[in-house]
Amino acid sequence: MKKSRRKMYIGRERLVSMMMLWPSLMGVLIFFLLPFCVVCYYSLIDSPLRHNFVFLKNFAEILQNSSFLLAAKNTATFSILAVPLAVVLALGLALLLEARIPGKSQFRTFFLSPMMVPVASVVLIWQVLFHYNGAANEFLSLFGMQALDWLKSDHAQIVVILLFLWKNLGYNMILFMASLSNIPHDLLEVADIEGASPWYKFTRIKLRYLSPTILFVAILSLINSFKVFREIYLLTGSYPYESLYTLQHFMNNTFHALNYQKLSAAAVLMAIVMVVIIAILFIAEDRFGKDVE
Amino acid sequence: MKRKHYFSRGTLFLLAAGFAILFLLPTVLTFTNSLMSQSELSSNYGVIFESLKDSTKYVSEDVNLKFIPDKVTFKQFFTVLLASPDYLLKFWNSVLLVVPIVLGQVGIATLAAYSLMRYNSKIRKLIFFVYVILMLMPYQVMLVPNYLVSQWLGILNTRWAVLFPGFFAPFSVFLLTKFMKRIPSSLIEAAFIDGATEWQVFTQVCLPQCRSAIYSIAILVFIDYWNMVEQPLILLADETKQPLSVYLSTINTGEVGVAFAVATIYMIPPLLLFLHGESYLVEGITHSGSVKG
Repeated sequence: MKKSRRKMYIGRERLVSMMMLWPSLMGVLIFFLLPFCVVCYYSLIDSPLRHNFVFLKNFAEILQNSSFLLAAKNTATFSILAVPLAVVLALGLALLLEARIPGKSQFRTFFLSPMMVPVASVVLIWQVLFHYNGAANEFLSLFGMQALDWLKSDHAQIVVILLFLWKNLGYNMILFMASLSNIPHDLLEVADIEGASPWYKFTRIKLRYLSPTILFVAILSLINSFKVFREIYLLTGSYPYESLYTLQHFMNNTFHALNYQKLSAAAVLMAIVMVVIIAILFIAEDRFGKDVE
Repeated sequence: MKRKHYFSRGTLFLLAAGFAILFLLPTVLTFTNSLMSQSELSSNYGVIFESLKDSTKYVSEDVNLKFIPDKVTFKQFFTVLLASPDYLLKFWNSVLLVVPIVLGQVGIATLAAYSLMRYNSKIRKLIFFVYVILMLMPYQVMLVPNYLVSQWLGILNTRWAVLFPGFFAPFSVFLLTKFMKRIPSSLIEAAFIDGATEWQVFTQVCLPQCRSAIYSIAILVFIDYWNMVEQPLILLADETKQPLSVYLSTINTGEVGVAFAVATIYMIPPLLLFLHGESYLVEGITHSGSVKG
């Protein structure tokens, strides 16, 4: 009798904590998971009115759509260029702040500040810098190089990569700084006593401990590089120069045509790519994590 | 013992200072340019912003990037704040979207994170896993589902279409769960032994322990949504309800002086938040550095 009352009591407490999860869970189901299932369904039918199954036809169509292919190619190029830079430069900044230089915390503030600045606020300056008659070209002419029409040429991606790095390096740097401070101190001290060179310490000790973070930052930057539409849209509008046309432009412009099958197929395709990337992240984190511990 | 250094402290300091200038430049330029008079701006950047609109006005061919205005004027700010209610209205739109999202998302997430932290059953692990995947998905994937739901609920083109997905975005749940797992379990057990109920443990043990965590997450959520472009662009076609972050890109070509002033005003709230809570922000970023629960 007493025992069952205690059980009931625990049951009620458990119920309270379950109820606390309820609002979030319901919201996620209604606003993300269930509609995503519908999107998966839409990607497999011919039209939301007729509901005939066409299986992979929508996917085949979208993979032959020239705008989609252009957008996918541009997004891939951008990521391949921007992600390594975002990792290496952020690691460089973190190491720089690890060195014994005055004003470290101020530098951290400066490097992190772009994160807070809304992109919409700085695109004006970006346009001034990279206009045909702008400051970047003046700088180039100092070295006798030819002026470029940055945003309307094949160099347009460079402009966006710079904006991307400016905005994201601070966040990545903080992740690296946290990881650097977790390296066991005695290990580095022993290396010092043994007379190890800074380069040896970096490659054999620090990089070893940093490897999970490097991977995490790389994947985070990869995911962020898919979001660069925002910067491009604010810089150049809905129909930018060809090399800046991204997947999100494709989706936005398809939204206006309200072609659900095409949209759904594109979203599902993107989700599949993302799941693969995220799976790599999970597996690698599991491996590396155990390795270092 | 003599330690070898590849670079002297002076070189490293100069390197850091160089980077700091690059990182600060766009923000500072936006600010100083907002203090220039309209005529000074058009003689500086005439070609970029005005040559297309008004061919009778003299515009200089060269673009002069200037740091310090010849004459400091606050006229643009007066124009924005007093003469044209349009900008203030858009600013207010941003507030109306971002503040409820921050409060709603953090509130719902605090409840959910407590629940996820308390019981480590298999189902809850799965829920956490699903949240992480959703969190890492780029907007391109989730916008189509969001659009469909808004349509079914009849809230498309109203603020609710942006607010609801914001309330239930899994980012805060993810980060708060990680913070809460660091609360010593002995503390919670002790409270239960003293006869506390689940709700009492939540409000009197858990919440005081993660006050700073909640603050740091609120900052991260705020800057993320203050900067949003994609969601309002698609879910909020009604221009009168769009936030300033979207509207700013449409005034670039009009009055440059006003655009710079609006851009400056728009970055003030996140910058103030940043200066006030930088250490919390760093703490928040540090804990986002792994996808494990």
